[in-house]
Amino acid sequence: MSSEEKIRGFILENYLFTDDQSELNNDDSFLDQGILDSTGILEIIFFIEDEFGIKIKDDEMVPDNLDSVNRIVAFIEKKQQ
Amino acid sequence: MPRRPRSRPSENFMCGISGILNLGHGAAPSRGELEAMIHALRHRGPDGYGFFVDGPVGLAHARLSIIDLEGGDQPIHNEDGSVQVVFNGEIFNFLELREELEKQGHHFYTRSDTEVIVHLYEEYADDFVHHLVGQFAIALWDTRRQRLLLVRDRAGIRPLYYTLFQGRLYFASELKSLFTQPGMARELDPVALGEVFTFWCPLEPHSMFRDVQALPAGHCISVERGKLQLDRYWDWNFPREQIRNDRSVGEWAEQLRELMIDAVRLRLRSDVPVGAYLSGGLDSSIITSLIHNFTDTSLRTFSIGFEDEEFDESSFQKELVNYLDTDHTHVTCTRNDIGRIFPRVIWHTESTILRTAPAPLMLLSQHVRESGYKVVLTGEGADEVFGGYDIFKEAKIRRFCHRAPNSSLRPQILQRLYPYLKYSPASGGAFGKQFFQQGMEYIDTPFFAHVPRWSTTRRSWKFFSEELKGAVSGKVDFESICPLLPPDIDSWESLNRDQYVENHTLLSGYLLNSQGDRMAMANSIEGRFPFLDHRVMEFAAGIPPHYKIRVLNEKYLLKESMKGLIPESIRRRNKQPYRAPDSQSFFRDGKAIDWVRDLLSEAELRQAGYFNPVAVEKLLKKCATGRVIGFADNMAFVGILSTMLLDKMFVQGYSSDAFT
Repeated sequence: MSSEEKIRGFILENYLFTDDQSELNNDDSFLDQGILDSTGILEIIFFIEDEFGIKIKDDEMVPDNLDSVNRIVAFIEKKQQ
Repeated sequence: MPRRPRSRPSENFMCGISGILNLGHGAAPSRGELEAMIHALRHRGPDGYGFFVDGPVGLAHARLSIIDLEGGDQPIHNEDGSVQVVFNGEIFNFLELREELEKQGHHFYTRSDTEVIVHLYEEYADDFVHHLVGQFAIALWDTRRQRLLLVRDRAGIRPLYYTLFQGRLYFASELKSLFTQPGMARELDPVALGEVFTFWCPLEPHSMFRDVQALPAGHCISVERGKLQLDRYWDWNFPREQIRNDRSVGEWAEQLRELMIDAVRLRLRSDVPVGAYLSGGLDSSIITSLIHNFTDTSLRTFSIGFEDEEFDESSFQKELVNYLDTDHTHVTCTRNDIGRIFPRVIWHTESTILRTAPAPLMLLSQHVRESGYKVVLTGEGADEVFGGYDIFKEAKIRRFCHRAPNSSLRPQILQRLYPYLKYSPASGGAFGKQFFQQGMEYIDTPFFAHVPRWSTTRRSWKFFSEELKGAVSGKVDFESICPLLPPDIDSWESLNRDQYVENHTLLSGYLLNSQGDRMAMANSIEGRFPFLDHRVMEFAAGIPPHYKIRVLNEKYLLKESMKGLIPESIRRRNKQPYRAPDSQSFFRDGKAIDWVRDLLSEAELRQAGYFNPVAVEKLLKKCATGRVIGFADNMAFVGILSTMLLDKMFVQGYSSDAFT
């Protein structure tokens, strides 16, 4: 499974509570669309660290890195290099 | 201090009421029907019933009493029997009222507080209610005018519901009493569900059920010649002209202290010994300290503790117990307890709830009963009246951030807000900031403070079935609160607007109802609320907002007024709202407990029809992992579970025993 699929799956399962792929676009802003609240962001951070074995620093916990599927994918790629 | 008459015992506590009025096209009420209705309220009044049936009207009450009434089981009436009353509640200033009424020539035949009502009505007609210091749901029948009057207290402490069915008006303290009547529809109202999953309660005058209304707090209904008239006699009111800026903190504090001493003293009047709840927080500490310092009552206190550090306040409770030297009972409530008693909790709340917090209070009231007590004083209302809630502080900060939206320093104040939570919205750094900046488009609305809470709660709508979504779509949004707001609210100070909205939603609709009255009455315990003495409420409405929340110090004036009367550590303690473990209470070893698993099965969900089984299944899975669960998911889970219980017990007609 690609990291995109893993992330999409996690969000659909745990925040949209649906199997319907069309409910989530990779560019959707989690905050603007109300997909995640602030507690949800913390859960995503745990998930990313667990699933991809990376450590996210305090100053990296910003919307630019985490606020959509595409941004997370890009962020993970950067960290894994 | 004015001289008080010597305390004399009162004779009975009426704790549950019900009645039927033929509006013209229906049948006259029968004793049998009334018996069925009042029997459903026996937990409120286990010591006996009283009935009055006369032509078109039937009244009944369930009694919690200490001394046996001579002369049978009638409701209370005036000298010639032309005015009859049943009521659930307490009139704390009845001794003073009685003295006044006797001087005016009235003759009393009992020593109850109830009897002042009929004589006051003789003097002042409907205006009698303004003379009452108390908590009450009253049904009064004026035989001469053939007129029924229903009245509910100012803050909504005692419940009262009514419905029109087959040409008659039915009313009762609880919904289960109405539902004893054959043929009466029992359907959850989708609009009420949409409202609960936004505002935490159905909006006045809705109840959870179609065609049944709740009499709103501070209102009365009169019924004459088949016509109903709803009127308001009291409301929270914060016009700017009322706020007094000419007093020092010291002067305010002294007046407040005097008022609180009186409020507490009046509520200690009882034939039976009175206890008090100790949460470990400021409010109950104040009440118990006032009892300790200003009365001769020996204190009997009760408190709840939890296994989870996040919720437990035992160390603060112990501190206060030592300081007050009380005879204390501490009850530990485990997650298992909550999981086990929850169906019975909902049987009594008769409402969808979004938190498990009421459950430990039912456990507590059971211990109070077993200890031989029937009355407790408790601290609810202080946060609403004196500006104690985080939602008020949050709103203050959000308005502060709005003044300079690009400032990066301003949001750092958010970090100060939630020291008690392990996983809070404020800990998300940049995301926390964004969370609090949401809702800025509502900055000029009177419900601005509540937008974050309502938005979070509203996330539960994704669990609604297509059917339910269709039934609520377009019918419930934030603006639904607007018709409930006074026309001049926009001119009030912002904190006062926030308080008004809070008092008309969370306070009357959830806290006093589900957490207060119902959990105590489940075990025949009468709760009394000194902070909701209307003289305290009216006094506090005139306090300048910056004395309620001074910068970020909540309940500032209240704390100032109690300096020296309570331990400094408690006076200075960070606010920790009372909470209990939520979704975790329903899972063990990674699985839902039996009755939860059965009730939330796909078959049950489909049959009930309110929720989407696929979405609920995923929520169950998420909760079962034991991972961090945020506010939204917890609320959704408890809300779904309690709604399914409501459906099972009320709509489908199962008893709460079916779950144990």
